[in-house]
Amino acid sequence: MTTVNLNVDVHHLTRVEGHGNIRVRIEGGKVKEARWDVVETPRYFEVMLQGKHYTSAGILTARICGICSIGHCLASVRATEDAFGIEIPPLARKLRLLAKHGETLQSHILHLYFLAAPDFLGLPSAIPLATANPTVFHIARRLKGLGNRICDAVAGRTTHPVSIKVGGMARLPERAGLEKLRAELVASTADLAATVEVFAGLSIPDFVRETEFVALKGEKDYPWIGGQLVSTDGVVKPEREYRAMTNEFVTDANTTKWCKVSRESMAVGALARFNLNYRFLHAEAQKVAERLGLKPVNHNPFMNNVAQLVEAVHVAHESIELIDEILRQPASAPISVPVKPRVGSGVGAVEVPRGILYHGYSYDGEGHVTKADCVIPTTQNNLNIHLDIGALVAKLAQQPGMTDARLELLCSMLVRAYDPCISCSVH
Amino acid sequence: MRYLGIEPKRPKIAVVDFTCCEGCELQLANKEETLGPFLGALQVVNFREVSSEKREDYEIALIEGAVSRADETDRLRRIRKQAKVVVAFGSCACYGGVHRMKNAYSLAAANREVYGDKPKDTDLVRPVKEIIPVDLEIPGCPVNKEEVERIVQHLVMEVPYNFPVYPVCVECKQRFTVCRYDLGELCLGPITRAGCGAPCPAGGLGCWGCRGPDADPNYEEFIASAKKRGFGEREIKERMSFFGGFEGVVP
Ligand code: SF4
Ligand code: SF4
Ligand code: SF4
Repeated sequence: MTTVNLNVDVHHLTRVEGHGNIRVRIEGGKVKEARWDVVETPRYFEVMLQGKHYTSAGILTARICGICSIGHCLASVRATEDAFGIEIPPLARKLRLLAKHGETLQSHILHLYFLAAPDFLGLPSAIPLATANPTVFHIARRLKGLGNRICDAVAGRTTHPVSIKVGGMARLPERAGLEKLRAELVASTADLAATVEVFAGLSIPDFVRETEFVALKGEKDYPWIGGQLVSTDGVVKPEREYRAMTNEFVTDANTTKWCKVSRESMAVGALARFNLNYRFLHAEAQKVAERLGLKPVNHNPFMNNVAQLVEAVHVAHESIELIDEILRQPASAPISVPVKPRVGSGVGAVEVPRGILYHGYSYDGEGHVTKADCVIPTTQNNLNIHLDIGALVAKLAQQPGMTDARLELLCSMLVRAYDPCISCSVH
Repeated sequence: MRYLGIEPKRPKIAVVDFTCCEGCELQLANKEETLGPFLGALQVVNFREVSSEKREDYEIALIEGAVSRADETDRLRRIRKQAKVVVAFGSCACYGGVHRMKNAYSLAAANREVYGDKPKDTDLVRPVKEIIPVDLEIPGCPVNKEEVERIVQHLVMEVPYNFPVYPVCVECKQRFTVCRYDLGELCLGPITRAGCGAPCPAGGLGCWGCRGPDADPNYEEFIASAKKRGFGEREIKERMSFFGGFEGVVP
C-alpha cells in the first residue's frame, strides 16, 4: 500500500498566452483529481462580427489573438472570399504565404526560446539569458526579429496586419526590401543550426498518450492555407465541413469549448502537421527531425517543441524560394481582384502556429456578416491537454521520490509544450 | 542601461493582462534590435506571459486589456493599492478596445449564441479608468513599441512625456502616403491622435482610429465631409465604434 500524497494548484499558469489553471490531487498513490481548466474572460467575437461589413471582419478577428493575428486575418478573408466566390491572383497567394511564414517563424521562436526553454534551463524566464548567455539570447532575438521583419514587409505590420484584404493584398512589398530579407534568411541558417544544437542538448520528458491528430491535408506541399482536412485516424473532410472535424461542445468548468473527432480527444499544431504531412517537409527540415529523433507518427506531446523547430527550419527555407518566385513576377502582375458581395456562406481554414484555425461566415447581399463561427486551435487542444495531465500524473505518481514541485513543473511543461493560446481559445 | 557612465535607477515593473488579445504585451518583446537595452532599463518583476517570477513589490503596473468580469475588477483594485504608477497599456485598457463593441448586443443573447444553454459569467466591457484612477494612458491596437520606449525613457528619467496633439494625417503626410480618400476609402486619420507613424494608410488600409481622438477633433466637420464624399452613416458609425476611443461622439 503506497502512501504517496501530492498536490498541485497552479492559478494562472505563467509563460503561456492567456489564463488557465492546473489542479492535481493524488492521495495514497491514487489520482483523485487532475484538471486543466481555462478561466479566461469570454469575449464574444462571433457576436461582435454580426452586422459588420466584410472590410472590417479581418481587422476585427485579427484582435482575437496578438500572436497569430496574421493567421486570423488570413482565415477571415478566405472565408469571405469563399462566400463571395472570389479567386485571388497567384501573386497574392504567394505574398499571403510569405506573411504566414514570417508569423510562424516569429511565433515558434518566441515559444521555443522565451516560453519553453526556461523550464529546461531551470530559469524563471529568458530575460536572464541576456546577461548569462548573450550568444543564445542574440540568436533568439535575431531569429524572432527576422520573422517579424518578414511580416512587417509583406503584411504592413507584425501584430494586426494592414495589407491583407478581401480579394488579395493591398500592397506589393518593395523589391529591395525582399532582396534584403532573402539575404537575411540565407544567413539565418547558421542561427537555426545553432538552435538545433541548443535543443538537441535538452532532455525531452518521455511520455506517450495516443491521440487523434488533425491537420490540413497536403497535396503537393506542406499545407498552410486551405484544402482538405485529414486525421491520423483516417478521417478526411472538405474544408467547408470543418464542424464535423471539430464538434465543439460546452462544459461547466471551462470558458473554452472542447473538441473531438473519432476518439475522446484530438490534437492540432506543429506535431499534428508533422505527423500528417512529414513527406512534404523541406529536406533540411527532415534532417533536423532526424537529428532530434522525431519520426511520424509521434504521440509524445512534449515533442511538439521539436516539431516547431523542424517547422521553423522548413518555413525559413520555403520563404527563400517564395521570395525568388515573387521577385520573378512581372511588375504588372495583379495582387488583388475586384470584390462583389453576394448572399452566401464560406469557410477559411489556415494552419496557424498552434494548429488548424477555421472561420466560417454567412453574408447578406450588401456584404454584412449575418452569422460567424471561429474554431481556434487551442480550443481543439484543451480537452487533449486535460486528459494528458491525467495520464501524466498517473505515471509520475508511481515514480519514487516525486515531489509537489517536480510534479507541478512537469505538468506546466506539458501544457507549455502545446504553446496554448488561451485567450484565443476563449474568443 | 548606462549612458555616459551614469547608472539610472531601474524601476520595478509588472505587466498584467485582462480581457484582451495580449498583442500589446507582445510588443514589449518586439523591436528586437533594442530588446537588450530596453529590458536592461527596467526590472521586470511580474510578467505572467513571459516569466514565472511573481513578485508583488512593483512600482509601475502596465495594465493590458479591458474589464469584463467581477474578478477582474477586484484584481485591478489590488494592483492600484500596490503600484505607484498605473499605466493603461493599449486601446483595450484605455478605451475598452474592440471588445467594447460587445456592449451594443444583449449579454444574454450573446451568451446564448456562443455557449447555448451553459451561459458564462460576463459583464459590460469597461476601460480601466472607469474602475481605478489611471496615471498614464498609452493607446494603440497594438501600442507602438517606439513610443513605448520613449515613454519608458521619460519614466526612468522622471521627465513628463507629451503625446502628440495633432492627428494621424500629419504623420501620414510626412511619409508621403497617397491619401485613402483619394482612393475612395474612408479614413479616421483626421480625428485620430498621432504617434503610431500612420502604418495603416501606408500599408493600404484607412485609419480605423485605434488610438482614439486627437487633442482637438472637429467631429461635425469630419462626419459632414465623410458623408459628402459618399460614405453612409452605417459605415462611419461602424468605424468610429471600433476601438471604443470615440465612445459618446459616434453619430
Ligand atoms: S489594444 Fe489591441 S493589441 Fe492591445 S491587447 Fe487590446 S486588442 Fe490586443
Ligand atoms: S490617408 Fe487618412 S491619415 Fe492619411 S492623409 Fe488621408 S485622411 Fe489623413
Ligand atoms: S493609422 Fe489609425 S488605426 Fe492605424 S495604428 Fe494609427 S491610429 Fe491606429
